[in-house]
Amino acid sequence: MMEEAKDEASVLSVHGDDIKVTEVLKDGDTLTFLIISKKDRHKPVVSPVFQLSGTGEYHVDRTYDDFEWLQQHLFAQEDVPGIQGVIFPPLPAKPQVNASAKTMKQLGILGLGEWQPYCKAMETFLRQVAAHSVLCRNKAVEVFLTSSAPPGRQKIRKNIFNRLSQAVEEMRKEGHKDVDEFFQTERDRNLVLTSCTKTAAEKFLDMVLTEQKIAVACGHFSAALHLLVEPGEDADKQAFSRVCVKLSEVFESMKKNMTSVAENNMSTLGLGLDLESRHQEAEKEMLFRRTCKLVELESTKRNAEKAKPVKKLAMEEVKKAAETEFEHICRVAKQEITRFEKVRVEMLQQALVQWCEKQLLTAKESADQFNKHLQVFGGMA
Amino acid sequence: MADTARDPPPEHTDFHELEDGEEDLFPEPTATEEESQPASLPAEDISTNSNGPKQDSLFDDDPEDLFAEATEEVSLDSPERDVLLSDGPSPAITPITPPTSVITPRIGHAHDDMFTRSSFDEIEEEEGGDSFDIHISVSDPEKVGDGMNAYMAYKVTTKTSMSLFKCSDFSVKRRFSDFLGLHSKLASKYLHIGYIVPPAPEKSIVGMTKVKVGKEDQSSNEFVEKRRSALERYLMRTVKHPILLKDPDVLQFLESSELPRAVSTQALSSAGLLRMVNKAADAVNKMTIKMNESDAWFEEKQQHFENLDVQLRKLHTSVESLVCHRKELSVNTAQFAKSAAMLGNSEDHTALSRALSQLAEVEEKIDQLHQDQANADFYLFSELLGDYVRLITAVKGVFDHRMKTWQKWQDSQMLLQKKREAEAKLQFTNKPDKLQQAKDEIKELEGKVQQGERDFEQISKIIRKEVSRFEKERVKDFKSIIIKYLESLVQTQQQLIKYWEAFLPEAKAIS
Repeated sequence: MMEEAKDEASVLSVHGDDIKVTEVLKDGDTLTFLIISKKDRHKPVVSPVFQLSGTGEYHVDRTYDDFEWLQQHLFAQEDVPGIQGVIFPPLPAKPQVNASAKTMKQLGILGLGEWQPYCKAMETFLRQVAAHSVLCRNKAVEVFLTSSAPPGRQKIRKNIFNRLSQAVEEMRKEGHKDVDEFFQTERDRNLVLTSCTKTAAEKFLDMVLTEQKIAVACGHFSAALHLLVEPGEDADKQAFSRVCVKLSEVFESMKKNMTSVAENNMSTLGLGLDLESRHQEAEKEMLFRRTCKLVELESTKRNAEKAKPVKKLAMEEVKKAAETEFEHICRVAKQEITRFEKVRVEMLQQALVQWCEKQLLTAKESADQFNKHLQVFGGMA
Repeated sequence: MADTARDPPPEHTDFHELEDGEEDLFPEPTATEEESQPASLPAEDISTNSNGPKQDSLFDDDPEDLFAEATEEVSLDSPERDVLLSDGPSPAITPITPPTSVITPRIGHAHDDMFTRSSFDEIEEEEGGDSFDIHISVSDPEKVGDGMNAYMAYKVTTKTSMSLFKCSDFSVKRRFSDFLGLHSKLASKYLHIGYIVPPAPEKSIVGMTKVKVGKEDQSSNEFVEKRRSALERYLMRTVKHPILLKDPDVLQFLESSELPRAVSTQALSSAGLLRMVNKAADAVNKMTIKMNESDAWFEEKQQHFENLDVQLRKLHTSVESLVCHRKELSVNTAQFAKSAAMLGNSEDHTALSRALSQLAEVEEKIDQLHQDQANADFYLFSELLGDYVRLITAVKGVFDHRMKTWQKWQDSQMLLQKKREAEAKLQFTNKPDKLQQAKDEIKELEGKVQQGERDFEQISKIIRKEVSRFEKERVKDFKSIIIKYLESLVQTQQQLIKYWEAFLPEAKAIS
């Protein structure tokens, strides 16, 4: 296993697990991401066209469209046997300036306009691609990560992976009964999990939005309190002014607390649930592709059986080809499902642990802060 | 938004009538002379003419004489009377009976020195004896009766060590209209001489109808709780006022087991309608009074209260929006908890499933925290700000009364001037009767002018004192609420720490 892993990992000239998306620059509707990857010194340089700073790092900038270019190349690998059995790492939806309600819903927590979670999501995408034994072999990946020039912008011909091409009639295939119990179980489980995760991610987002509203309201209240402060030498007036100023500080602390809580939510569990949700969708798509292939296979079998002697040989050939392809897909799919299970549990665990740790820290800091305020008020004459 | 009951608007003409009555009510000026009490104190040893302090004898011996006259004097159409109406034996039908303090100026300016602020404080301390130690709670709301005649009865418990009261721990049952009745009486007695009478909680036809109809849901429970809390704060504010505390109506309210029903407080009664009409008339009057403010203190304070009013209203709106968001967060959290539970149930991986279920439980607990915090936001801040907005309305009311008092004085002066001119003309005519009449009228008017001036000085002094007390109380009030609020904030964070610390090992144990 180890050797296999070494072999598979030897394709890319950079460390796949160390890719960073450090920044994003916005220019109107165009987003440009800064990607830094570290050269693996044990690997030979694959392409002569590269950008290497003195630190052994590749610094490239890529627009969202470049990411799509990469994804399209990955989808288009029809020569790779069983490619349709791969669970493709999901790319986050494109953020838009005046996004429609549908787009906003699609973006979920990534649509809040906070760039840190979005960069993290893009980063995760690249890391997953680089870590995938089959996908990382695609030259497009190397070019994307290391080439100083932006990758080509030519449109790839449409492929079956384009979700929008799935005709409505094909949807009824989704419920097609499976021949393999393993896959039937997986399909059923995936169906439930996809909807549960999506709902959980949506409800989580609602929470975060309300937390942000509370933070804003606290800020307003804090500012408004300053309007109660009046100059004057009157002792009572001064006392009241002091009270108002101190109360304003309390609400400022409340604002900071809520802002932190919301940020923690977004950057850890929010991101985790979003990723999980998109992953479940990706698995769903893979399973659907396989089911479609199954339907196709069964149809070729029927054709072969019904065929007149003249056509029989040809139909048998078609059937054989379909069988082989289906076998490849199933083999790859099984591997993918096992890998997927492991990765997603790890990812969710990490999200939950980070989330809990961050919220714990915020709560401790806030308790401290509020206690300090309490002492100030207690000590006020 | 002030309840009409709080703003008794005496019109000029009526005031004159009342004044006449007033003079008759104090047939023993000599008694008051001996008192030489400074302005604000209807202290224990004031003569029986005043309705200030609690003296059983006052009710038993004199009421008939005293108040029979009053009833005759005051026309039933007098707006002041209508506003203040409460049936029953209490001497509340005495808008014309201010505490002796207003009367004493009649004996001349020899006692001016007693009206300085410092001596007020001194005398109050002498008077008090007891330090302020009284705690009132309103509890146990209980529905009495059925259908549209049903009402909520509240238990009012007083715990005190003050000698003013017969016992140290006692309770009575009161309904909302009783509270309104009490306020009505106090407003009639004290507002127009410059005391800031705390406003009673607002009526709510919608809220009460729900309760009457028997809707036992969360919103009607919240309404009852909100009202209970408001009534409690109202009573505490009232008794914190050193003058109001000693008022016999207040004492009767707190102590006596039976209280006659205050019917004129009903929103749709004829009294209520008259109140609304008079309030409108009052607003018009206010606009036409242009006072020459010679005292910069009043000008500054009036400006200050205008500003405070505007800012407090803004803050109140701000807090209400915060409460709203907080409640929304509670709902969102509960929904997320449900979705997390469903996710945990659908999850095959045992450890992850358990962690997700734990997550759902934690979120449910956090939901409860949000609800508690929303309550704190509301009951502490929102209600505090609301109370102060209403209190400021009462403050602005006494400033208005001062203006009216000034106006009345000015009117008397102008009338006197006219009469003098008329008299001068009469000197040259041969009408001895008319001349005598003119002289008599002038004499009467001179007295009125003097009274008007004294009233004006009196109300000005009382207002100064009241404002000072208000500003001190305000600081105390805000501080104590803020401390309670901060304690709730700290509590919430500490609970959160507990929950997160319990969850962390679960999350770590996933794989």
